Amino acid sequence: MSDTNAALQKKSNIKVGIRPGRTKFIKKANPVFVTAVTIALLALFLMPFLYMVFTSLKNQTQVATTGAPIWPAKYPTYIYPGQNKNTYTLKVNKSGFPVDQIINMNDYAGKELEVYKVPMPNGTTKEMALIKGYQKSSIFIDPAKPASDPIVWTGYYLSLGRSWVFAPQWSNYVEMWNDVNYPRVLWNTFFYAFMTTIGVLVSCIPVAYGFSRFRFPGRDFLFVVLLAVIFLPTTVTIIPTFTFFTKIGWVGTWWPLIVPSFFSNAYDTFLLRQYFMTLPRELDEAAMIDGASPLRVLWSVIIPQSYPVIVAVIVFHLVWAWNDYFGPLVYLSSRMDLQPISVALQRFNTLFGSRPELIQAGSLLTLLFPLILFFVAQRFFVQGIVITGVDK
Amino acid sequence: MENLTKLPKIGSTESIRNMGPLARREFRNGLLFISPWIIGFLAFTLIPMLATLVFSFMNLKLTDNPFDASKFVGLKNYVTMFKDSQIWNMRPDSTPGALWVTIRYGLIALPVGILVPMGIALLVNNANLKGHSFFRSMFYMPYIVPFIAAIFLWNGVLNPQFGWVNGILLTLGVPRGSLPGWANDINWVYPAYVLFGIWGIGNAMLTMVAGMQAVPTDLYDAAKVDGAGSVARFMYITFPMISPVVFYNLVLIVVGLFQYFLVPLALNQGTGFPGGATIFYNLYLYKTFFVFGNMSYGSTLAWTLFVIILIVTITLFATARYWVYYAGEKQ
Repeated sequence: MSDTNAALQKKSNIKVGIRPGRTKFIKKANPVFVTAVTIALLALFLMPFLYMVFTSLKNQTQVATTGAPIWPAKYPTYIYPGQNKNTYTLKVNKSGFPVDQIINMNDYAGKELEVYKVPMPNGTTKEMALIKGYQKSSIFIDPAKPASDPIVWTGYYLSLGRSWVFAPQWSNYVEMWNDVNYPRVLWNTFFYAFMTTIGVLVSCIPVAYGFSRFRFPGRDFLFVVLLAVIFLPTTVTIIPTFTFFTKIGWVGTWWPLIVPSFFSNAYDTFLLRQYFMTLPRELDEAAMIDGASPLRVLWSVIIPQSYPVIVAVIVFHLVWAWNDYFGPLVYLSSRMDLQPISVALQRFNTLFGSRPELIQAGSLLTLLFPLILFFVAQRFFVQGIVITGVDK
Repeated sequence: MENLTKLPKIGSTESIRNMGPLARREFRNGLLFISPWIIGFLAFTLIPMLATLVFSFMNLKLTDNPFDASKFVGLKNYVTMFKDSQIWNMRPDSTPGALWVTIRYGLIALPVGILVPMGIALLVNNANLKGHSFFRSMFYMPYIVPFIAAIFLWNGVLNPQFGWVNGILLTLGVPRGSLPGWANDINWVYPAYVLFGIWGIGNAMLTMVAGMQAVPTDLYDAAKVDGAGSVARFMYITFPMISPVVFYNLVLIVVGLFQYFLVPLALNQGTGFPGGATIFYNLYLYKTFFVFGNMSYGSTLAWTLFVIILIVTITLFATARYWVYYAGEKQ
């Protein structure tokens, strides 16, 4: 080993000696720089998550206002405590003619007043609470000095700027929750995910076992066919399948979505089979010699050794079921009460397209479960993909 | 591997007859265990595929009896299909045909679908990066977001008026008048749809990362010694070594792109907004069958798509031997 290192060292010296100019270009990339670039890219990539959270907490006014802050906010208001109890007669200009306006400050005690940025004579602006506004002049009170006299500002109050204060509107979630009947939709999704997960496990595990542990003529050919199905366009099978399910009256029920999962699928079978191939055969052979049946070997020898891959299959399948849209759309379009979350969210979007804050609240409630699942079972996701993608 | 030599010749009935009782039992058990797949393959793949082919030679509505031989019309549907301007129209001044829409979108989406995951994989594999596994997980994470939610998130971020992306472009100095209209703009709808799907790169990225990690480090050491720069190391070591993974992802993406239609279906109910630019081939097929109930023409479109995908896939496999490198394998 040390010989090789020495040889490499020697070789590198020679090379550097031949082309000394080269070393100038092979500058070490700066770890800080690389990490900073990665963080910036990641921030851009994940930006929609922050957009979703912020938007889902906005009120309708903010959503429709250009130039509003990106974080959830509302216009500030001021509840007048009512220190000033006097009545004033103020010269105002309502619509071109100066008139006297009587203001009884008692009327405003405890009232919620809108706050505007009012230009002051000294050139600055000041946050003032609006008491009464007209086209040509408006009456304000200074929130900093509630006992002071109201002042008249000449101009249209709606032309004044307003500041924003942070104010998350949690009620969007309540509204969305009730409008889509979220508990029902959630139950439907869990039911769909659970039933098809059972189907995948009871069908893919035996099939993968059959492909990995038994030698029979045609096995390798059949396995290639199984893999080819991954690349087969589903379009080419959907018309007769849908027609068949229509004829037997299954459209509008769960059956066409659940039953096919009990006949295994290529992805999960492949994943399981690749894992089973790595398990030593000695244990199954020992069990066979002790008289165990093949089913017994699968149950007591293979499955106990395969928890990592079985968990990977379960988490992948749960995410898949949560994501599934087309199947539930075509088979449950007439049965809103049975639809899972993706179809419900899409339906909600067509109804509430003009309410982005509700759509984003709905999207958050849709992606919450897969996201939690991801953070809980992260390593299974990574392992599973590495098995499917690289051993191919 | 030596065990394989004991295998009887595949497909020969003679070998089955000559099997010993042990081999025969193994044959029976093996078939028994894979039978769920065989039944499922016949019932949900092979028979429907053939039925689609048969339907394409008939004239059937959803309500008709598919076994009615009098509905047989020969190649009529295929003649209609070849004349269908809603598929083939390429004139730029009118609504583009569905196949043309699919190809134009694919030409944008395919390079992104390969290069972006490859770039991120290179980045998260970079020796100078601190916290590899954290970044790898975080770039993968959006992959698990249901695509319907991802559409609404990206559609919000890309809102022409209130979206953050145009907000960023505005602060970078892009004049308000020339901001992209994204999904509402006929010129920007394909890039917008590519971004809607950008969270789907997680899978490809992780497989490429795994491929890169499997490259023996002594190859890089030797190349460095020979004075190879980072570009040369990528071109002559990394890329050839991960080319099987790239190829696998390429085929998956191409097959997926030909079937692309869920985004416009979910976003605007398949109306083709804006200006018919989003009637993808598969969306046209979907509407033909599920909206207009035309089973036979739908089947014709389905088989045509299948044949197109088959030809493209075979072409890809044929090119593979020029650029895909299988280390020490018989392929």
